Amino acid sequence: MKILVPIKRVPDPELKVKLKDGAIDLAGASWVVNTFDEYAVETALRLRENAESGESHGEVVVVTIGPDDAGQQLRSALAMGADRAIRIDGEDKALDSRVVAAVLAKVIEAEKPDLVVMGKQAVDGDANQVGQMLAGKLGWPQATFAATVELAADKASLTVGREVDAGVEYKTIALPGVLTVDLRVVAPTSVKNNITPASHSYGTGEGGPRYASLKGIMAAKKKPMEQKSIGDYGVDVTPATRELGVTLPAARAAGQKVADIPTLVKKLVDEAKAL
Amino acid sequence: MGNILAFCEFDGGALRASALSNLSFARQAASAHGGEVIALLIGVGAAAAGPAAAAYAAKVVTVEHGDLGHYLAETYAPIVARLAGEHGAAIVCATATSVGKDLLPRVAALLDAGMASDISKLEGGNRFTRPILAGNAYSTVEVSTPVVCVTVRQSEFAPAEPTGSTGSVSSADAGAIDAKGARIDRVDSQKSDRPELTSAKVVVAGGRGMGNGENFKQLEALADLLGAAMGASRAATDAGMVPADWQVGQTGKIVAPNLYFAVAISGAIQHLAGMKGSKTIVAINKDPEAPIFQVADYGVVTTWEKAVPELIEEIKKVKATR
Ligand SMILES: Cc1cc2nc3c(=O)[nH]c(=O)nc-3n(C[C@@H](O)[C@H](O)[C@H](O)COP(=O)(O)OP(=O)(O)OC[C@H]3O[C@@H](n4cnc5c(N)ncnc54)[C@H](O)[C@@H]3O)c2cc1C
Ligand SMILES: Cc1cc2nc3c(=O)[nH]c(=O)nc-3n(C[C@H](O)[C@H](O)[C@H](O)COP(=O)(O)OP(=O)(O)OC[C@H]3O[C@@H](n4cnc5c(N)ncnc54)[C@H](O)[C@@H]3O)c2cc1C
Repeated sequence: MKILVPIKRVPDPELKVKLKDGAIDLAGASWVVNTFDEYAVETALRLRENAESGESHGEVVVVTIGPDDAGQQLRSALAMGADRAIRIDGEDKALDSRVVAAVLAKVIEAEKPDLVVMGKQAVDGDANQVGQMLAGKLGWPQATFAATVELAADKASLTVGREVDAGVEYKTIALPGVLTVDLRVVAPTSVKNNITPASHSYGTGEGGPRYASLKGIMAAKKKPMEQKSIGDYGVDVTPATRELGVTLPAARAAGQKVADIPTLVKKLVDEAKAL
Repeated sequence: MGNILAFCEFDGGALRASALSNLSFARQAASAHGGEVIALLIGVGAAAAGPAAAAYAAKVVTVEHGDLGHYLAETYAPIVARLAGEHGAAIVCATATSVGKDLLPRVAALLDAGMASDISKLEGGNRFTRPILAGNAYSTVEVSTPVVCVTVRQSEFAPAEPTGSTGSVSSADAGAIDAKGARIDRVDSQKSDRPELTSAKVVVAGGRGMGNGENFKQLEALADLLGAAMGASRAATDAGMVPADWQVGQTGKIVAPNLYFAVAISGAIQHLAGMKGSKTIVAINKDPEAPIFQVADYGVVTTWEKAVPELIEEIKKVKATR
């Protein structure tokens, strides 16, 4: 099976947000793979491998639309175990979700994957749009916000546990389709592919994406990375969304520590009028 | 000039609280665009809930069909997109619930529309402000397509009040229904008598420091005393102490109650993203350096083992005097 994983680079979410001229100051930002996309790569790898024998049952292709530097994030995905990469040159400013989905739809026409796995949202813009837009454009089914994934033995469908407001919804989609992943998909037994023994556990506790081994990092240097430009795909690339400005939220007024619970309850009643 | 097509979720003959926030945005947008609000109800029971919706919108359109029993983006999106065209919509909106977030970008793709997600404010025209970077910044965007899709952050738009007059209700055809090979097998949910997390006035949330699900029962007793909803951090939900749908935060639910109790929660930015709009925040944590104290209005440095029984005791006393 062939799996395509679109990944986006984001400024390191652990760093403090700074503004410059009414926009996020990205000078000197350090860039990382969007957290959810790292989880998407992990999901794709789990779906195509036999974790106990190590053999591969398919191809994982990672793709990003971004500037030259974004090649580094593709290399990280290759070091985790993806097989090849495509970088489509594009400036962050010239992209919005609609343009990204339109370009990805063309990549999919050319690559013909059986499945697209991606993050449910990019943790910088928090838009949560591209996966659903892409599925809509392609006329494919979508399974968003996946916490668990099971690939059918015949590889023709996926059953996904989706975390929805009311609980967990189990949705089955025929392939080809679009899968977007939530955090818990990297828990030790969240992904089943009917190849890896069902009893297999990926790590312990909360699990997590695999680390690139030294061998993986060395191998990644030799893996193919195709360079393309948006123009190669013949789509309208005018973004429909323009950022007019960014502001920081007002800080909450400093609170107080109170000595004990009776004092707390008294203040909640008299001062905050919250009880 | 253009109308506002508001996709509204309903339950048992009435609109959900989340839909009222969407309608409140839709009214603001209608006055900005000079159009009217059309509430769109799709699914089994839509026709029965139509009259209830007519108290809130000038026009209600219902689409009822036996094959639309369970929400599916694949079957709902084409209906919304078609009706957007038929009703001259300039904006198609929904609340950013798990349904709204799944549906609207797919509708946007079918309409070739630009989209603004999870907005906190309408600035006028097609300009919207929305939180980015886990709520650490707000971005104002302008979307320039003829039709624009919007999801609305429930906690930022007060529920709409009835308009005072009764809107017209009509039904529309579902058209050809094609699930594209998707189906719902089942939904696991825990029925609860507590209020919905996203619209509750009081939320009691616990974190990893609660230790296990059994200990959470004590927090639940506190919640029930206060008529509160239960919330949790990701660490607590990941560890399986409580259901995943209790998670509050960047990737969980966004809440803004009058009163939020954060018990044994450290206060990671991703958790704060989901609750820092609360009016009054109380933190109970044994670590005086826990970041949650930086956003809390009232903090008590103590263990939950000591604090929770005392809280229950003291609140009972207050209630007894009323
Ligand atoms: C300096 C800067 C300026 C910007 N200015 C604007 C602006 O003016 N207007 C505007 O609308 N946006 C702007 N953006 C954000 C824009 O570039 C977003 O990347 C774009 O809107 C799509 O991502 P998203 O955050 O909406 O994706 P989401 O819908 O949140 O992402 C979901 C998934 O889509 C995939 N994905 C998203 N982007 C890519 C990509 N580039 N390549 C491959 N896969 C991807 C990933 O799998 C991701 O997990 C700016 C960003 C930067 C860094
Ligand atoms: C992309 C991404 C998205 C995320 N989204 C979310 C999200 O939506 N929501 C979310 O919550 N997290 C989210 N997280 C996780 C987040 O970063 C934190 O890991 C998580 O919030 C920690 O949960 P916690 O505060 O319960 O646990 P911890 O950080 O382990 O804190 C436990 C606290 O309990 C206190 N404690 C221990 N014992 C006691 C006791 N007996 N009495 C009183 N206090 C005690 C400790 O002092 C400590 O402060 C996300 C992370 C990532 C990377």
